[in-house]
Amino acid sequence: MLQSAGANSGRRRVVVTGMGMVGPLGLGVENVWSRLISGESGIGRITHFDPSDLPAQVAGQVPEGPASDGKLTLSEWVPVKDQRKMDRFIHMGLVAATEAVEDSGWKPQTEEDKCATGVMIGSGIGGLQTIYDASITVHEGRAKRLSPFFIPSALINLVSGHVSIKYGFQGPNHSVVTACATGVHAIGDAARLIMFGDADVMVAGGAEATVCPLGIAGFCSARALSTGFNDTPDKASRPWDKDRDGFVMGEGAGVVVLEEYEHAKARGAKIYAEIVGYGMSGDAYHITAPAEGHYGAFRAMRSALKSAGITPADVNYVNAHGTSTMADDLELEAVERLFGADANKLAMSSTKSATGHLLGAAGAVEAIFCMLAIRDNVAPPTLNLDNPSRESVIDRVAHTAQQRQINVALSNSFGFGGTNASLVVRGV
Amino acid sequence: MSEIADKVKKIVVEHLGVEESKVTPEASFIDDLGADSLDTVELVMAFEEAFNVEIPEDAAEKIATVKDAIDYIEKQKAA
Repeated sequence: MLQSAGANSGRRRVVVTGMGMVGPLGLGVENVWSRLISGESGIGRITHFDPSDLPAQVAGQVPEGPASDGKLTLSEWVPVKDQRKMDRFIHMGLVAATEAVEDSGWKPQTEEDKCATGVMIGSGIGGLQTIYDASITVHEGRAKRLSPFFIPSALINLVSGHVSIKYGFQGPNHSVVTACATGVHAIGDAARLIMFGDADVMVAGGAEATVCPLGIAGFCSARALSTGFNDTPDKASRPWDKDRDGFVMGEGAGVVVLEEYEHAKARGAKIYAEIVGYGMSGDAYHITAPAEGHYGAFRAMRSALKSAGITPADVNYVNAHGTSTMADDLELEAVERLFGADANKLAMSSTKSATGHLLGAAGAVEAIFCMLAIRDNVAPPTLNLDNPSRESVIDRVAHTAQQRQINVALSNSFGFGGTNASLVVRGV
Repeated sequence: MSEIADKVKKIVVEHLGVEESKVTPEASFIDDLGADSLDTVELVMAFEEAFNVEIPEDAAEKIATVKDAIDYIEKQKAA
């Protein structure tokens, strides 16, 4: 059903009934959230490989260990014999998707219900380490020894593929690739598939695992990563702080179960929040840098509010893209411009200060943080914001979480290529 | 059991993640051991690597059971 832009009535409502997450702060939504709001950092020295010869030596890596400690034991989630058929980003996606699906309690039994359930989990980069390893095999003249699982292990849409196979979800099977905006685009686009009736339930989110030599070296080469805090990793991600010097890479995944409101109500599902607004834009400016004033971000946010049928005054919390790069202040400027006289009532934080930047998974993880902020009326903190490089009337929740009334939250994600996406969620 | 048979069995256990007791000579990779077509391609590659033999496509297609694999490799090694 087509609606004029901004119209909110008459369209199918989409709510979130399940959430799953794995990342630098650990395994599981509740565990990660409690560590986040108590001000813990998930950043440490890189241990996946020896980073000594690279300028950036810190990252947010998924802690390994028993689930009872909030850590990941992969074999509990992905059978050992299947693990080598998938790159690590698929492992991450499967872990988060499994948690989300189980959390939702949605177990379609009939053919009709299975066909009304789809998956849209994206990734910014996909199987980088797998491609690296396979390249070496070919380079060594051993092309005939290349694993038959190389291609399906590296393909970005294979998270969606594996999740559909695991649960028998036969609805739309789709994937998003928009660099660091992937997670928001996946949730926003999947919500629209439900609004338009292509599905009643969508499992949506993002997954990433590029804490590998090629990933770190590549972003180092683009001068995007923090290099000045190798000896104090938990200080490295410092959005808006004057000493910030680049982003810190993180790995993991965030996945939500989106569901048509009446469908969720009819089966008595618990509802975390409603997806009420979604906006997108393109910078049409530069491959890696936003333009002065960040009008692309401004337009994405404005469009998200318009589709939600609300005004800036209705928004209580913004989860910023805030990567700990020079662009932080441009986003801040765009938010100030949009919120105008209402900016001084707003809380805005960057949870990347604790998790690092999960690239294609960031938008999904941060959308989940927004929903938990609404549930608990808590704004998560921006760690390491000791001396802002630019003053603002907006409360950036420095150092410690704040108890605040949060009914509506907006999450921003911007990606290389000049792609911007904003999502608005509201308590139900 | 021959040295070759032992080694084949070990590779099958490793690649398909199955119990050693299930890897009998008559066991079919696809019907009994849960392999799919890509698994069998990978298995044949693993045999080639481990035994330093060439298994051409048409021969590989005929290797359906554990015994098929052992027989083929023993024949190649004897030649």
